[in-house]
Amino acid sequence: MNDHAPHADHAHEHPTWKQYKWVALWLTLITVFEVWIYYTPFKETPYYIPLLLVLSATKFAIVVLFYMHLKYDHKLFKALFTGPLIIAVCTLLALFALFSHRAIPQ
Amino acid sequence: MASAVAEVHEHTHYTTTGLDNRKVAIWAFIGSECMLFMSLISTYLIYKGKSIVGPFPHEAWTDPSGHVFKPILNIPVTSQSTFVLLMSSLVMVLALAAVENRGKPGYQGTLLGNSKLWLAATAALGATFLGYQAYEFTSFVHEGLTIHTNLFGSSFFTLTGFHGAHVTAGVLWLLTLLSIDIKRGLTPKDALLVDICALYWHFVDVVWIAIFTLVYLIK
Repeated sequence: MNDHAPHADHAHEHPTWKQYKWVALWLTLITVFEVWIYYTPFKETPYYIPLLLVLSATKFAIVVLFYMHLKYDHKLFKALFTGPLIIAVCTLLALFALFSHRAIPQ
Repeated sequence: MASAVAEVHEHTHYTTTGLDNRKVAIWAFIGSECMLFMSLISTYLIYKGKSIVGPFPHEAWTDPSGHVFKPILNIPVTSQSTFVLLMSSLVMVLALAAVENRGKPGYQGTLLGNSKLWLAATAALGATFLGYQAYEFTSFVHEGLTIHTNLFGSSFFTLTGFHGAHVTAGVLWLLTLLSIDIKRGLTPKDALLVDICALYWHFVDVVWIAIFTLVYLIK
């Protein structure tokens, strides 16, 4: 594909209605599972938070890749999204590190 | 021929990459919004558990006068609103597909090709989500939690309020597209307008996916 051709941003395949339906189903199932485990004793185990984070990240990725078409889109769009996202996550981790070592005096 | 080329250039705005600058702009905007929301989420998480007085999100609290406050978050109600927002993303992609494929076999005159229906459904689901949020905020205030009450109240209302403001902007944007569709009909040439709105809408959805887990489900 010529990246300099007009409409290069639209010269890509979009998922079909069938795929959209499956994506919606998976998103619903993951959400139901997340809420279900909230009400189970599993909530008290050390695996609860990591599992929720993985499930949430999975839903996030599914929406971005399929509904936002990033899987099929131009690499510049991928860079424009993932670059700031990486900076944002690094900022979050840095803030956590800072605040976990320096407690706010109360 | 020359006039046709001039006409094309009159309505398109390509960068040197061959990409429409409006789509580049929306992705850059979404990138900046990622950082905005991550800063709000970071603030919420850092202040989590540091409130001196209640009400608290997941634990009951008794004030000095002996009044007992229940855990304030209502997971069943928020789960419903989350489902509504997830479904709004599905109907949004159907609206985009209907505009992109207008006139093509399988879309012409069928339910799948009815962009007005899908745009209206997306706006309605967005408005429903806002209704859930208004209900949640109102019940929190009635139960004694305002933006001034404690660190949880301040960071929670700021984070979810910013998200709600984004959803409101998205609903207005969708209603604008719907009015254009009703007035003159959106054609495949307008697909980019719907695509940009859809990207914004899905972004609002992914932000809620993060908020739902980090704020509501993690104790």
